[in-house]
Amino acid sequence: MKNNQIISIENVIKRFPMGKGEFTALDGVDLTFGKGEFAGFVGPSGSGKTTLLNVIGSLDTPTQGKATVLGQSVGDLSEKNAARLRNEHLGFIFQTYNLLPVYTVFENVEFPLLLLKMPAADRGKAVLDALEWVGLSDKEKSKPAQLSGGECQRVAIARAMVKKPKIVLADEPTANLDAKNSHRILQTMETLNAELQTTFLFATHDDKVIRYLHRKITLEDGRVAGDEV
Amino acid sequence: MKNAMLLFSIKGLLRDRSRSLFPILMVSAGAFLCVCLHSSMKGTVTDMVDSAARFDTGHVKIMTRVYNELADQMPNDLALMGVGNLLEKLKRKHPDMIWTPRIKFGGLLDIPDENGLTRTQGPVFGIGVDMSARHSPDTKILNLEKALVRGRMPGHKTEILISDSFARKLDLKIGETATLLGSTMYGATTTYNFKVAGTVRFGMTPLDRSTMIADIDDVRMALDMADSAGEIMGYTNDMLYDDKRMTGIADAFNRDFADPDDEFEPVMQSLGEQGMMRDLLRLVNVMVAIVVSIFVFAMSVVLWNAGLMNGIRRYGEIGVRLAMGESKGGLYRSMIVESVCIGIAGSALGTAAGLAVSYWLQQNGIDFSSMMQKSAILRSSVWRAQVTSVSYYIGFLPGVFASVIGTMFAGIGIYRRQTSQLFRELEV
Repeated sequence: MKNNQIISIENVIKRFPMGKGEFTALDGVDLTFGKGEFAGFVGPSGSGKTTLLNVIGSLDTPTQGKATVLGQSVGDLSEKNAARLRNEHLGFIFQTYNLLPVYTVFENVEFPLLLLKMPAADRGKAVLDALEWVGLSDKEKSKPAQLSGGECQRVAIARAMVKKPKIVLADEPTANLDAKNSHRILQTMETLNAELQTTFLFATHDDKVIRYLHRKITLEDGRVAGDEV
Repeated sequence: MKNAMLLFSIKGLLRDRSRSLFPILMVSAGAFLCVCLHSSMKGTVTDMVDSAARFDTGHVKIMTRVYNELADQMPNDLALMGVGNLLEKLKRKHPDMIWTPRIKFGGLLDIPDENGLTRTQGPVFGIGVDMSARHSPDTKILNLEKALVRGRMPGHKTEILISDSFARKLDLKIGETATLLGSTMYGATTTYNFKVAGTVRFGMTPLDRSTMIADIDDVRMALDMADSAGEIMGYTNDMLYDDKRMTGIADAFNRDFADPDDEFEPVMQSLGEQGMMRDLLRLVNVMVAIVVSIFVFAMSVVLWNAGLMNGIRRYGEIGVRLAMGESKGGLYRSMIVESVCIGIAGSALGTAAGLAVSYWLQQNGIDFSSMMQKSAILRSSVWRAQVTSVSYYIGFLPGVFASVIGTMFAGIGIYRRQTSQLFRELEV
């Protein structure tokens, strides 16, 4: 890794079988990301945003080229090691929050720490800290069904941030939120990015999100069409 | 830390009823059926064995070889002789067992009017048992005092008990005379007057139809069978049949009297060797095993299906957990742990309910006498279950097993899931 560089994408090509042929989702993408970046992939549907996020998140592997995340080549990771990389260093935020409905806010945020086998006392403190970051300390005992959409996404952010991951990957995090809640969420993430030096990578075509990005990478037909800071 | 994850899973189970309540009810129902089925089959067989032993086969039975071959015809002309001596020997050799002689006989029971002419008559099946002693073992073995419906136990010579329905059919009153018309051991015709002391009902249709029970000494007088008996019954003191032990006793006895040329030599048979009782017991055990296997298979399929439906419902949760870095193996194991919890809870509940119902059936039973009017099977018409040590786990283990197997099949889907699709799937 060069200096602060934590993600390196080198000539990554990703093809999916489609009918009798293939569909190229990523077509020779070269990118690097440093620690603490607040960047996003923008572009129309089918441009390869989510596929690139999948590769960086070790959920998928490149067909060609090399993707290195935190010094580990994603294409060479076993299923188990990919899971470990996600568990220890990556946080995910989804468009539809995907909170576990039968658990309380506290328990939802606590879950990644259980996977990390963190002691109970440390877990409790970390969860309360995460809830304080997103301004939901008073909701720790609530269930997801008792929260608004904005609150649910803030819980999802707390869940992604509670283990202080090096990278957070967010796919259309504001798609289900109104403007007010979207700004609040993005401000929260921007603050966490500044305070914890966590790298945030977004996949979005929402202008509200794009305005907050410190670096905007435009994808078109699986290629990088623009990279603006 | 594993405990924390386990606690997390259990919390989810307790709060998510569709994830726990339905599968628990399914497993409970299966375990309940298994326990009830086993207990009722066990009760039925035990009752059949017990009834057969008390009235027909004993735990062991001694007859002459030739009587044994024609036992269905009650051939008293082929009966054992020198019974007193043989009984003494048996009591000396097996003091821990009860030995009692019996004579079964058939004939016509004639009820005379005040002029001594036939008022009514009917065919009768008779049993001569030892009722002379104050504490006769046969009185207890045949539960005669409990079976008494009208009148009293015979206390004097020639007094008999008669089945209650037979007495009503003949319009026979307590204290009236009944004359047995039959044949002696030597083929001569005999008539012998008895006096009805009481009526009995055993709850076994073949015995309740037209039976008379007389003291064996009176029967010996009537049938000219001095110091003879058709059969000598042997029972364990606790009245519990032990096939291995009884077969051993019978084999040892038969070795002592091994003269194949003498057809009047006594031969001893255990209950298992008579009337295919052992085959019946084996058949029942096989049936129980088949029923339990079918239950496990059916429950596994049902729970597999429930697991698949649950997997669809929890698709998002499973996806998030995979995305957050839980390994597929870890997720699969946590589902297995959940299924073990469900299996244990459901099985415990079902077993408890099954045992409660079985205990009730053991204590109270269900009277099927009205449906067994023409039955020829020597068994109680009150159907009872029997709770044994096996009843405590016969439903429990298959319940847990079925739950785990069902989840294992359903959980295979986790391994088939493409993590590369998680973002798309979770945003649907």
